[in-house]
Amino acid sequence: MSSDNFLLEVKELRKYFPVRKGVLRRVVAQVKAVDNVDLAIKEGETLGLVGESGSGKTTTGRTILRLIEPTSGQIMFRSKALAGPGKDYVQIDIASAPRKKLKALRRDMQIIFQDPYSSLNPRMTVGAIVGEPLIVHRIARGKERESRVRELLASVGLKPDHMKRYPHEFSGGQRQRIGVARALALDPQLIVADEPVSALDVSIQAQVLNMLEDLQQEFGLTYLFIAHDLSVVKHISDRVAVMYLGRIVELCVTEELFNHPKHPYTEALMSAVPIPDPDYEVERILLEGDVPSPVNPPSGCYFHPRCQYAKEICEKEAPVQRDLGGGHFSVCHLADQLSLRPVRLQ
Amino acid sequence: MPLIEVKNLKTYFYTEDGVVRAVDGVDFAIEQNKTLGVVGESGCGKSVTALSVMGLIQIPPGKIEEGEILYHRDGKVTDLTKLNPKGKQYRSIRGNEIAMIFQEPMTSLNPVYTIGNQIMEAIVLHQHLRKKAARKKAIEMLYAVGIPVPEQRIDEYPHQLSGGMRQRAMIAMALSCNPSLLIADEPTTALDVTIQAQVLELMNTLRKDFNASIQFITHDLGVIAGMADDVVIMYLGRIVEASEVHAIYHDPKHPYTQGLMNSIPSLATAKVRLVPIEGVVPDPFEVPPGCGFEPRCPQALEICKTKIPPLKELSPGHFTACWLYE
Repeated sequence: MSSDNFLLEVKELRKYFPVRKGVLRRVVAQVKAVDNVDLAIKEGETLGLVGESGSGKTTTGRTILRLIEPTSGQIMFRSKALAGPGKDYVQIDIASAPRKKLKALRRDMQIIFQDPYSSLNPRMTVGAIVGEPLIVHRIARGKERESRVRELLASVGLKPDHMKRYPHEFSGGQRQRIGVARALALDPQLIVADEPVSALDVSIQAQVLNMLEDLQQEFGLTYLFIAHDLSVVKHISDRVAVMYLGRIVELCVTEELFNHPKHPYTEALMSAVPIPDPDYEVERILLEGDVPSPVNPPSGCYFHPRCQYAKEICEKEAPVQRDLGGGHFSVCHLADQLSLRPVRLQ
Repeated sequence: MPLIEVKNLKTYFYTEDGVVRAVDGVDFAIEQNKTLGVVGESGCGKSVTALSVMGLIQIPPGKIEEGEILYHRDGKVTDLTKLNPKGKQYRSIRGNEIAMIFQEPMTSLNPVYTIGNQIMEAIVLHQHLRKKAARKKAIEMLYAVGIPVPEQRIDEYPHQLSGGMRQRAMIAMALSCNPSLLIADEPTTALDVTIQAQVLELMNTLRKDFNASIQFITHDLGVIAGMADDVVIMYLGRIVEASEVHAIYHDPKHPYTQGLMNSIPSLATAKVRLVPIEGVVPDPFEVPPGCGFEPRCPQALEICKTKIPPLKELSPGHFTACWLYE
């Protein structure tokens, strides 16, 4: 695969948080929240990032935007905002970009947060919230700004007269729309959507998911869609990456992942998802115990203590990411030998 | 024979801003040894219904306006709404014969007592065992819910346990007195899917072992499909559809139920564009005068705006409250 298809290419990304103890605040351990993550996102596609709590998916998303400083690694990004005159884009490493450039880079990449209640300032009107990025980046002022805000609100299905209202006057779904409008204000290329629908009621979830799909079509957006709900991720993603304890264990095209899983964790995760059909018979693979602590992860493959297929090698050696063909990546010693159970379609 | 029959239950809250009719005329029954799923979005009154059965509605501002909650045991019938919620009789039932587990195991366990202490409290109170025997029973219960090394874990505090383990401890506490009814209010919503699968499996096994009925409250149609025998769908304090589980999923009658089914993505179906329910749940202070779902309903008729549809039996055991079927 040639790399020029990719809007974003993450290589060996790591984020370790030190654990400090004692009077001297000495570092006694490291939480490996993101541990050697490789992924790439093509322009206009949606990459789903799925995992259980503590798997490091949120930290990955935020480190990519450099809202969290990475410990090491490369985040190559094709920036429009930084492109010089006569150029369409320029390649830049977000991980090492100087502060000055970072501000301009923010125009290219935005985030939508999970909690629509705490991510909007309750003292600002909707107009001020959505228009703030335009002021910060000196894009539009006065009347021009107002008409841009009106446009943005219309594109997320809100009315112009909502501008003068405050966040508390809106329901959860509407607030999430305001957050999306704010993210769209700077006409970004990449949007990191961090659990954008998990705080919403089911009937509202569908409204927001459809809107995100429509906006992607309209504005040619690229999404990194972070979620714990496999059904939602399957619905919206072109490709899916599965994370476990700070590492990506499997990454491939959505259909392929659900039809031919190549990692035992993916298999177990899929079998645990409740299916809204009383006649659907699943053989649940019940994982023993909990996700181990990322401070003190198991040796070798992090999943081996809970894996029903684990062999001796899994305990000793950490598996590396391998392409099993057609861009289907799995991090499992036994990926070729196992025939894992797919999701049975109805 | 039903274990619990709720008849025309109305629980209102009198607040400074007006009256909230959180539960407004709800009827259902839970059969012995069966699981009843109660499904609805936030604000539909599913939790208030459960708290009304438990006698845990705070009075004031809350009040059970009308209705009966008939509890059948040993051939006798007790109307729980007639009992004093703080009285001796209710206290002998609550936590003993009817027990409840909550959504957030961290906030519903007391952080300053060990889990053993909290489980033993119920056992000592209701079963009149001595402390030593109660401790033995508590260890047995922790073992039954699959907590490893229970004799050690019993002396740990809630913060020392993971989310899944805490929920197991809550279940152990609720089941420690062999209740005939277990009310579970979103018991797995705060848990990861793999842990959720463990807890659901556990609840199904325990229901059989302990011969209990379960009232399972959730917004998750996937979870209900695998757990419930019967389902009621609630919207704005009323039941809009009730039936045995298969009919609800394969032949939903009420436009709201149909809307819910079309708006959830499923892992087991090919991708289709979701059909959301338009609009939002109305403000509880400004409930529509007719059918609560009318403002969002794609099939609404003229009559829906003014008259509340009654719950009607369309086929044996399948009820819906909708004017389309009159």
